[in-house]
Amino acid sequence: MMGPDDLSALWVTLRLAMISTLLLLMVGIPLAWWLARSKSRIRTLVETLIALPLVLPPTVLGFYLLIALSPSGFIGGFWQAMGGKGLAFTFTGLVIGSVLYSMPFVVQPLQNAFAAIDRRTLEAAATLRASPLNCFFTVVLPLARPGLITASTLGFAHTLGEFGVVLMIGGNIPGETQVLSIAIYDHVESLAYGQAHLLSAGLLLFSFLILYLVYRMNGTHFLHREQR
Amino acid sequence: MRFTSFFSGLFLLLTGHLAFAATLSVATASNFSDTLKRIAPAFEKATGHHLRISAASSGKLYAQIRHGAPYDLFLSADAARPIALEQEGLNLPGSRFTYAVGQLALWAPDPANHGLAQKRLENHQFRRLAIGNPKTAPYGIAAMETLKQLGLWDALVNDAARGENIGQTFQFVATGNADIGFVALSQLIQAKIDPAQYWVIPAQHHQPILQQGIILKRSANKKAAERFFDFIKGPAAEQILRESGYLLEAAKE
Repeated sequence: MMGPDDLSALWVTLRLAMISTLLLLMVGIPLAWWLARSKSRIRTLVETLIALPLVLPPTVLGFYLLIALSPSGFIGGFWQAMGGKGLAFTFTGLVIGSVLYSMPFVVQPLQNAFAAIDRRTLEAAATLRASPLNCFFTVVLPLARPGLITASTLGFAHTLGEFGVVLMIGGNIPGETQVLSIAIYDHVESLAYGQAHLLSAGLLLFSFLILYLVYRMNGTHFLHREQR
Repeated sequence: MRFTSFFSGLFLLLTGHLAFAATLSVATASNFSDTLKRIAPAFEKATGHHLRISAASSGKLYAQIRHGAPYDLFLSADAARPIALEQEGLNLPGSRFTYAVGQLALWAPDPANHGLAQKRLENHQFRRLAIGNPKTAPYGIAAMETLKQLGLWDALVNDAARGENIGQTFQFVATGNADIGFVALSQLIQAKIDPAQYWVIPAQHHQPILQQGIILKRSANKKAAERFFDFIKGPAAEQILRESGYLLEAAKE
């Protein structure tokens, strides 16, 4: 049966995935738009930086985050100067880690979706006196809907399954930083295989459902467009 | 005549060596791997056998062994897992023994500015305490028992950062993310930390951290494995163990 710690791990995980996805969209949409349209030289540099978590093992990211989040580190020092307490072993720290770690999964589908929008569509909107912002919300975002759905789902699902980074910076505190993947790991390590099975199967089923729904939604969306 | 005796002597030397030199696969708890690497050369020199060391957490090694991992020896960081393997009939009967007793220490860097480890713990003068996860790390269980005996557990349990193993717990303190933490004395010695920064927890504060080992029943090198166990009980290994921050089974009696 699921214990109280398992339930709180489930809640921490869902909260982390939702908050991280929201932040990722807020940061990712403007960033992806800029990457899709800019001809700036630093574009390649930014693209590379964003893609790094795809290549690096989570332990590398986690290790550097642990150093950066410490009171003498780059992020932790800034945070303390702003009046915050330590960042490692807190939910806020996990959000920072997840946003960095899942960034490519959100930015890349968005960038592809934005890049696929025909420039002439935007010019047509502009001749109809749509302001750039207006144009972005009424033309660009609806056209990029499949990309938006893919980006949000991948961001959410990837945060849901995050393990390495959380293990390194979380400190496994129930109700604060103990996520599902860590709870499963604990159960396996402490030989509670029954509980490990229960949580693992739940996560597997949930992840399958999310991905299935997205592919279905995106699939039908494409069909609608073609039929029109 | 001289030639034949020379060659037959050489032949005996080579084949004799080949016949007796085995490569032992040792699965060791990560916290012991550094000490084992210091013991290995002495053992290899004394016996001609070689050690191939695989280090991971005791829980992972236990799971691997249950699923048929081809190790000859298992040096766990606790007694629970060797006992479990014994109950499952995977060990060479009678081979389980305590090869080392771990010592727990409370580490608080920078005593000049922040005070001594023991005082800081008792007076709650710290931002974040790090301990090994009692569910997965034997040193975490000892830390929990110590805190309970000092009457501090209830106040600290909800806020302590818990390392998956004692290596990670050490890392939490070493990076400054936790300013105080229960780690293994062997780690502090290995990292050459100034003894002024830590308090070696008196043995009566917790159950002894018995690190036990077994020879696996499926080992094809049982003779060589037994020689290793004899060696680790002997005086040469004993000195390395003591220098590395471990106690011996007999020492606690």
